Amino acid sequence: MTKVTMTVNGVSVSRDVGGNTLLSAFLREDLRLTGTHIGCDTSQCGACLVHVDGVAVKSCTMFAAEAEGADVATIEGQANEDGSLNVIQQAFQDHHGLQCGFCTPGMVMTTAALLKENPKPSEAEVRAYLEGNICRCTGYHNIVKAVLAASGQDVSSIAAE
Amino acid sequence: MPKDDGIGAATLRREDVRFLTGAGQYTDDIQASGEAVAVFARSNVANGVIKSIDTSQAAAMPGVLAIFTGEDFTEVGGNPAGWLINSRDGTPMHEPKRPVLAHGKVRHVGDAYAAVIAETKAQAMDAIEAIEADIEELPAVVNMKEALAGDTFVHDEIGTNQCFDWGWIEDNRAATDAAIKGAHHVTKLELVNNRLVPNAMEPRSSRAEYHRGNDEYILHTTSQNPHLTRLLISAFVLGIPENKLTVIAPDVGGGFGSKIYHYGEEALVLAAAKKLNRPVTWTADRTEAFLTDAHGRDHVTTIELALDKEGNFLAFRTETLANVGAYLSNFSTATPTFLHGTLMAGNYTVPNVYVNVKAVFTNTAPVDAYRGAGRPEATYSLERVIDMAAREMGMDPIALRRKNFIKSDQYPFASAAGLEYDSGNYDALMDKMESVADIAGFAARRKESEAKGLLRGFGVNAYIEACGIAPSNLVGVLGSRVGLYDAATVRVNATGNISVMVGAHSHGQGHETAFPQVVADMLGIDATSIDIVHGDTSKIPFGMGTYGSRSLAVCGSAVVRATEKVITKAKKIAAHMLEVTDQDISFEDGIFSAIGTNKTVPFGEVALKAYIPHDFPLDQIEPGLEETAFYDPANFTYPSGAYCCEVEVDPETGKVRVDRFAAVDDFGNVINPMIVTGQVHGGLGQGIGQALLENTTYDEDGQLLSASYMDYTMPRADDLPFFKVDHSQGTPCTHNPLGVKGCGEAGAIGSPPTVINAVIDALQSGGKNVTHIDMPVTPHRVWTAMQNA
Repeated sequence: MTKVTMTVNGVSVSRDVGGNTLLSAFLREDLRLTGTHIGCDTSQCGACLVHVDGVAVKSCTMFAAEAEGADVATIEGQANEDGSLNVIQQAFQDHHGLQCGFCTPGMVMTTAALLKENPKPSEAEVRAYLEGNICRCTGYHNIVKAVLAASGQDVSSIAAE
Repeated sequence: MPKDDGIGAATLRREDVRFLTGAGQYTDDIQASGEAVAVFARSNVANGVIKSIDTSQAAAMPGVLAIFTGEDFTEVGGNPAGWLINSRDGTPMHEPKRPVLAHGKVRHVGDAYAAVIAETKAQAMDAIEAIEADIEELPAVVNMKEALAGDTFVHDEIGTNQCFDWGWIEDNRAATDAAIKGAHHVTKLELVNNRLVPNAMEPRSSRAEYHRGNDEYILHTTSQNPHLTRLLISAFVLGIPENKLTVIAPDVGGGFGSKIYHYGEEALVLAAAKKLNRPVTWTADRTEAFLTDAHGRDHVTTIELALDKEGNFLAFRTETLANVGAYLSNFSTATPTFLHGTLMAGNYTVPNVYVNVKAVFTNTAPVDAYRGAGRPEATYSLERVIDMAAREMGMDPIALRRKNFIKSDQYPFASAAGLEYDSGNYDALMDKMESVADIAGFAARRKESEAKGLLRGFGVNAYIEACGIAPSNLVGVLGSRVGLYDAATVRVNATGNISVMVGAHSHGQGHETAFPQVVADMLGIDATSIDIVHGDTSKIPFGMGTYGSRSLAVCGSAVVRATEKVITKAKKIAAHMLEVTDQDISFEDGIFSAIGTNKTVPFGEVALKAYIPHDFPLDQIEPGLEETAFYDPANFTYPSGAYCCEVEVDPETGKVRVDRFAAVDDFGNVINPMIVTGQVHGGLGQGIGQALLENTTYDEDGQLLSASYMDYTMPRADDLPFFKVDHSQGTPCTHNPLGVKGCGEAGAIGSPPTVINAVIDALQSGGKNVTHIDMPVTPHRVWTAMQNA
């Protein structure tokens, strides 16, 4: 066991972990932050995506011990301070960008990373950036629309309700 | 105009807030101290005899608490098929037992033959490696035609790999044969409906508790229908009394059919929890899901369409081989038969239809209902052969369909495949589609594509499906072993807010938002004061769950009936309060009024009075305000649609891209158009995935080659376009109180033939005489077809 200390959603945490404990398992089982989901074993689906020191990371691809000293952000820390949905979360609700909700935390975290890199992405750029996040419910239509809306772009001309 | 949160309003989903903030509670999120973890030992071979299993070394490993093998379950029952199919000769289908753990033989890669329960998952996985299983590999049966011709059997005791040989409708066979024999033109097509893996993003997961003080079990599990799961476990598999078993499906991360069925892992964790007297959990990893979730589709079909010289359809005749895999999953026998053969008249006035389906056991994972379930297979066969016929006869594909459509004044319409369609207007759908899709602009878009060196094709499709599953009296005659009603309890609390307990269970469909819209509309109160309770058998009435686009049409109808009963009771209370007779009370917008007076009382005061009945005439009015209704539909519902798309094909690589897609559907009345549109989008994503990307591949030894997201191509955001979706042409269902038809499966039913028709059109436009390519139309398949044309 190794003692690991990191900041998660602004709070310093310290735990003894096994050397083979994945960051995703550490978040879910040790910290009980179960909003980070495990959807595959091959780093393909993106449901476990979090930010480590501001960079989008699939948390099943790194060990908890590798996050020693890091600043980790998960879906549980994304809402505004008053508990209301942040701009990205609100756009997903407003545009029905989620159904079963399982891939949603990863989608929100990926969107946050995208908009930090590229504040006004085109549709093609959004679709390309989401390539590492699989959703089985939405056909991506409303996810892409929500991401564009979250970036402040007018989505009223995009087909739908 | 819809009320803000009533019927017809695009109310935002209330469940989104917890999903967007990481506060959802899926089965694997439920954690407590003291849990033990189950891991399964799964067969590496597709067909083998279990000679011996030595668990002694594994049992001594650190942290190991218990090990189970098939020997431990020889005294309990098996997981049954829910639908009895009789063959054409009248004999019943073959029903091999499906045990909790394999016993004697393993029959597909992934078949579980042992389970280890340990303190941690890592310890359990280590112990699995230490189990010494002597399994003698036998030749595997994978290909359906070979399975029927050979002498290697998935179930030796049956002595054949044919589960049944079903004819629909057998009495129509001779007339259909005669119509085809004498026809002016017959188009014949052999096609494969590719095997798919449902791939809900949440893997299956189960967590059992046993409480020895009162001999009670609690099972949290990833289910679309917790009461059905409880019934199967209690009545067939473990014999736990229903009243001692609570099944809870919390938030469920997608299902698409795969979470309808009871699986052995659920029984195993229950048995283990009792043995160890502590909670036991299991969660599939993704490869385990690929190996063991019930798969979908997997038909090989020959279809013939006979036409007269004007293009009138005279007959459809199909011969289908349907793969059921190694064991019969719960609805596996209904899917290729009554959910498929009965739809083989499509949207058309064709007088003769005959369908033959042979179901075949193979050494592969079980196959069962997956989004659409039989209806995508029917639609694909019909709409591909119609397109091919149009091309052969030099007719416009839209005109040929219109020529044969059932007309809007012909309802109710008795189809040649045995169903009575209650309502529809297929020409109106086609009209709308032509405008929504801007078909007039296609020629110009084709020129633009050609200027880029690309081939552009246009494909069209019309579909009908049968949803709102299903009238119990009808399905009982046809072999169903369960009723298919649903149930709701509307509990008005003393303070006026409402809990609605429903048998349907959302796994992404937004029930928590849509069902309150119905009740709010009927009671004239704020939808936010109404909550849905679902997924917990200890709280909800016995309903059959969510699949087959049935939740609103069947369970929603039960909600309406229960709410009507509440209004009737509340009128009695209001009459008592206003000192008039029941008949003199009217109810509108949440206010009870004494007709002809200015005396009124609001709903909330009536609710409070119901629970403080100090002055009730108790011989006339019971206290309380809570009503339950069971609703059994009078008929299926018949959603229909007209779809079209345009694809671009790169002739250099064979790569296909869907550029435009328009879906115009008749869902009857719509409760929440935002949710309905989202359901269509999702179905389109899965249907386009089937057409272009997804394929489940077993090699000749029965090894699953596509068992991860590295190997099975899931649609990604950059594989799909924005969709144009319209449901403005609804014709209300005539036999349920909301006039609704169901929207969950439509997109997955209508889109595959649309895409393939467009690909063929693109290749033909490039001078390549390619008439058919099997799905998925990968670049390699398209390129190869072009080289051979």
